[in-house]
Amino acid sequence: MKKLPKIALIGNPNAGKSSLFNSITGLRQKTGNFPGVTMDMLIGKWHLDNGGDAEILDLPGIYSIYPKSVDEQVVINILANPQHPDYPDLAIVVVDASNIKRNLLLFSQVRDLGIPTVLALNMIDVAENQGIVINSVKLARELNVEVAEVNAKKGIGLNGLRLAVNKTLESGYNSNDSLPMEYSHELVAEIKQKYGDTDDYHALLWLSEHDNLQQFNTQQRVGFDKLQEKYGWNTQNAQSKETMARYAQLNEIVDNCLHQMPVEDEVVNTWTDRLDKIFLHRFWGYFIFLGILFIMFQAIFTWATYPMDLIDGGVAQLNDFLKSQLPPTKLTDLLTDGLIAGIGGVLIFIPQIAFLFLFISLLEETGYMSRVMFIMDKLMRRFGLNGKSVVPLISGVACAVPAIMSTRSITSWKDRLITIMVTPLMSCSARLPIYTVLIALVVPEKSTLFGIFNLQGVALFALYLLGFFMALFSAWVMKILLKVKERSYFIMELPSYKGPRFSHVMFTIWNSTKAFVFEAGKIIVAISIVLWVFASYGPGDAIEQAEINVKMQNPTLTGIDLENKIAAQKLENSYAGHFGKFIEPAIKPLGYDWKIGIALITSFAAREVFVGTMSTIYSLGGEVEDENATVMNRMRAEINPETGKPLYDAALGFSLLIFYAFAMQCMSTLATTYRETKSWKYPAIQFFYMTSLAYFSAFIVYQFLK
Amino acid sequence: MKTIADLKIGERGIIVNFTDEGLSLKLLEMGCLPGTQVTMTHIAPFGDPIAVKVTGYVLSMRKDEAATIIVA
Ligand SMILES: Nc1nc2c(ncn2[C@@H]2O[C@H](COP(=O)(O)OP(=O)(O)O)[C@@H](O)[C@H]2O)c(=O)[nH]1
Ligand SMILES: [Mg+2]
Repeated sequence: MKKLPKIALIGNPNAGKSSLFNSITGLRQKTGNFPGVTMDMLIGKWHLDNGGDAEILDLPGIYSIYPKSVDEQVVINILANPQHPDYPDLAIVVVDASNIKRNLLLFSQVRDLGIPTVLALNMIDVAENQGIVINSVKLARELNVEVAEVNAKKGIGLNGLRLAVNKTLESGYNSNDSLPMEYSHELVAEIKQKYGDTDDYHALLWLSEHDNLQQFNTQQRVGFDKLQEKYGWNTQNAQSKETMARYAQLNEIVDNCLHQMPVEDEVVNTWTDRLDKIFLHRFWGYFIFLGILFIMFQAIFTWATYPMDLIDGGVAQLNDFLKSQLPPTKLTDLLTDGLIAGIGGVLIFIPQIAFLFLFISLLEETGYMSRVMFIMDKLMRRFGLNGKSVVPLISGVACAVPAIMSTRSITSWKDRLITIMVTPLMSCSARLPIYTVLIALVVPEKSTLFGIFNLQGVALFALYLLGFFMALFSAWVMKILLKVKERSYFIMELPSYKGPRFSHVMFTIWNSTKAFVFEAGKIIVAISIVLWVFASYGPGDAIEQAEINVKMQNPTLTGIDLENKIAAQKLENSYAGHFGKFIEPAIKPLGYDWKIGIALITSFAAREVFVGTMSTIYSLGGEVEDENATVMNRMRAEINPETGKPLYDAALGFSLLIFYAFAMQCMSTLATTYRETKSWKYPAIQFFYMTSLAYFSAFIVYQFLK
Repeated sequence: MKTIADLKIGERGIIVNFTDEGLSLKLLEMGCLPGTQVTMTHIAPFGDPIAVKVTGYVLSMRKDEAATIIVA
């Protein structure tokens, strides 16, 4: 089979790449398999009349080939490496006609990389509204490139674009244009000799961006550093000079091809201006933002419960069915209590995550999210964060895994690192079931605050606030501790407001949910199985003896009570039970006994197993009625052997709540932090600081309330 | 020396030069060229960041970043 030619859509953010992609491919598209990337990168097929099919790639927007943030680096890593599997055979540079000079800068860089290039002139209607008329025939001649006028949104001009692509694919790239800036040919020759033959511009790109390019190993990077030193190369200076030189050329070309008609300045963008008067207002701006957050959380915590109950019930029914059909062996137990329960524990979170990302993508699509960043930047900066940290922090309420991935748009490494480090302090949905059980245990159900607010609800809200403020506080401490001399900047476009596109919203939801299911999911499932093993087996034959022992000691017990006693004794003698006893001295000051110790240990891999472990400890073998109620009743009935009072009193309950609010108990998050920071140091610090924070806070709470 | 940070809402200026080389590349890439007209459009609630209209779109930046762009 012949390999299909690859066509990449390249352009500034909001130039219309994704719209063009949708018009070209219809809905026949799939997500690209780019390692660790959740941004909108799609692959589709395009039928070119005489040339057969082509594969078309929608890439994230960039302003130049010199990346400033991690999501921009993804594009550059493709373009800088002709050996890259996604290196395009042709690039369609989508150019926003209403902002042509800035857009042509990127075009000229891509063309100089030696990639056969077609220019799609988009947003012509917008330009015309601003009185800008562009002569595209002249532009094509001056730039020596095929130019196609399109309206990406309406799908107009696709035939012309196809024609231009076919022509360019046939003729190939053959521009002898020299680069617009001055550079040392000796230096370039040495790069080519050391790193393989290429064109001059690729050589220079490698030299200046080698640290951001995955194609080079450490040794090669050191080699580039040496070359820079030898030739007195200053990357910043060289890139600025190049950009100025390019603009100098483009100025002339644009002057020849563009005609500006007089327009009244104020006509432009009135809708956006009017909305911004409200959304950026010193009072209403924050008021509206808080209102939106309120609705969002309302949705997550009420609407999402319906599908969650369905999933929960479905998994329980499946397990019951399997248990009744399959022989009662250890293997069946592994399948039902280990594997299926583990998968169920993953699926249960999907509704909340999907709802959260529905809101986040709506806010992003409409352009509102950049306004939130704008009004929050000053506040967040006091704590070592950045206006752009708002999105990860909000997403953290659903799941830290996609939240940490969404930090990639933060340009400053220090701001990004701090955001990654503190995001897991936001109370994620895995903590919710724990909060629910524990609050129900220690906060009286009927009492209210000021006669209106349900006290349990207030407690839950307080825990979320606590997580948020602890995230801010930790960020502030890290800001002081982290001595990075790097400037953080906040230069970004405030796009005009637009209606959201259904397909994009769905895509974001799909992608974030997928990231959760596959990143977090596989670890959670694996842990559930390990857990099952640890809770089912133990040293020696104590477990086998459990049944005989219990029956001997309690000759009158029968039925469920007997089964429960046996199960509990089995657990006590399992590896998990031994672990729990082993750490009991360490957790005693927090008010925990060895049973809670088991739950703590198991939830260090994934905190959502807490409730599951508790039900194993307290009600294993019982009928599956309302599981939570059973756990709660049994926990409520636990007596502290030292005091003779109920074990789960306020002191223990709040101590546990605080512990779970702060502790780093999620391997998936640590794995994500590792991937995003490319170092084991940061997940290690994250684990250590959060867990210490949890331990000492819980200690203080318990000793204080005891 | 007047910079973008000194502009009032609705006030215009023409970019003359940059005082910070590290930032100037990003600003150039965003279309802030010497000779380009900028109009102050928004100032965030606590006086920072600010947003200007430049070459037909709205660009936001922090006040200290705006202070590196000299205007006339
Ligand atoms: N008026 C107008 N709007 C367009 C045109 N092409 C795209 N848009 C809109 O511009 C916005 C940004 O487009 P998008 O495809 O997301 O840009 P991307 O960031 O380059 O992928 C969307 O709201 C589109 O509907 C066009 O030719 N004319
Ligand atoms: Mg796009």
